[in-house]
Amino acid sequence: MSAQHGIFGKQQREALIDPLFNNNPIALQVLGICSALAVTTKLETALVMSIALTVVLTLSNVLISLLRNYIPPSIRIVVQLTVIASLVIITDQVLKAYVFEVSKQLSVFVGLIITNCIVMGRAEAYAMQNGPGMSALDGIGNGLGYSLVLLVVAFFRELLGTGKLFGVTLLNPITEGGWYNPNGLMVLAPGAFFLIGFFIWALRTWKPDQIETEG
Amino acid sequence: MQLDSTGYIVGFAGAVCLVASVFVSGAAVALKDKQDANKILDQQKKVLTVSGLIQDANDSGSNDDEVGALEASAVQGFFSDGSVSPEFVKLPGAQGDCESLDLVSYDQKKATKEPSMSFEVEANEAKVTRLPNCAKVYRIKTDDGERLILPITAPGLWSTLYGFMAVDAADGNTVKGLIFYEHGETPGLGGEVDNSRWRGLWPGRKIFDGGSVALGVKKGQAGTPAEDPYNVDGLSGATLTSNGVTKGIHFWMGEAAYGPLLAEQR
Repeated sequence: MSAQHGIFGKQQREALIDPLFNNNPIALQVLGICSALAVTTKLETALVMSIALTVVLTLSNVLISLLRNYIPPSIRIVVQLTVIASLVIITDQVLKAYVFEVSKQLSVFVGLIITNCIVMGRAEAYAMQNGPGMSALDGIGNGLGYSLVLLVVAFFRELLGTGKLFGVTLLNPITEGGWYNPNGLMVLAPGAFFLIGFFIWALRTWKPDQIETEG
Repeated sequence: MQLDSTGYIVGFAGAVCLVASVFVSGAAVALKDKQDANKILDQQKKVLTVSGLIQDANDSGSNDDEVGALEASAVQGFFSDGSVSPEFVKLPGAQGDCESLDLVSYDQKKATKEPSMSFEVEANEAKVTRLPNCAKVYRIKTDDGERLILPITAPGLWSTLYGFMAVDAADGNTVKGLIFYEHGETPGLGGEVDNSRWRGLWPGRKIFDGGSVALGVKKGQAGTPAEDPYNVDGLSGATLTSNGVTKGIHFWMGEAAYGPLLAEQR
């Protein structure tokens, strides 16, 4: 156990935990919003997307970090993109082979992880300066921060929009002969905007230091 | 090491690209068989679902969870024991012969895009520009008669919907089911074409009213199949998808596509 403490010091813990609430990529940095709007109509798709992004982010952070001393500064963004794009394509192929139903619903959005600002942002801001171990933790941490927001948003959108969670009906909607009138707004992209807004509001009420100073 | 020398930059970029492409193409090649199998299995499941051979997901769900969990071997069983038999149908105006093609691996969607395997059609409301020379339909024997499963498309709001319509082979007129296996409509609105309750409204409806296609999705609520045989409830909030389904049915069941085939059944 004591050896664990040696590896898992304060710094490491911070790299992993900070992105969840203190420095959440979506809520504080407002990155990666596009996919947060698109894949959160159902918990299942949001979960698969979260896992896919966390895996891609962690691997890209590690690879970029390993290469960081060899990457020529003038083409570093191109190299980062090549690494990220390759990882994303491989992830997409794996999803199509093993979770076909879900990959059908995620359609183009897995491919769009390539342009997800979180992945590029962490590669450029963190992995280029830090070792592979720390970069991996940073990748997992930020991936979890993204996943947290995605799952919270998807929870409310699926429950309020269709009356279901993970495809299991909880609120019996009128269209099936029940009592619940599904909220169409939640199903459409603006619903996610409102929910992310509420999430940021709640987070900043809890942690007032995240409020940006005006002007 | 000179990180900013031109030679190093070009060499590094080349090396990164080479390594990345090896991994990407490796993954694509290694997983292709599994992906293709998934696609075929998915379509086969839809064929079985629309014909009523396998039960749809529970009444409440709009997902095909139960069907999704069905074992591949069970699906294959239906296709190998003779209860499902695919066959080629030549659409009006089609050229060439279909005998040389392999029934099992034939991909109608791909063939439609291939100039040598398809032909152009006149402008129509369903936005179908080409038709395949050979349409792959299924004949399915069930406990209450034979079904014809016809692949159709429909122009949606965001996407083309691809699906199957099951028709009673005894009269070529009674609908036995409708299912879409691929579309990009808004979940909860146009995406409700997947809703099993809505799909349940189709069986029993009639396609033809005195020779011309009359079946379609109407605005608002339709009656039971017995009293309102040519209309199905519209999807609220999805007028364009609903209209698209109507247009698709009118084209595919019409003279330009399956009309003659269905007339033969009568």
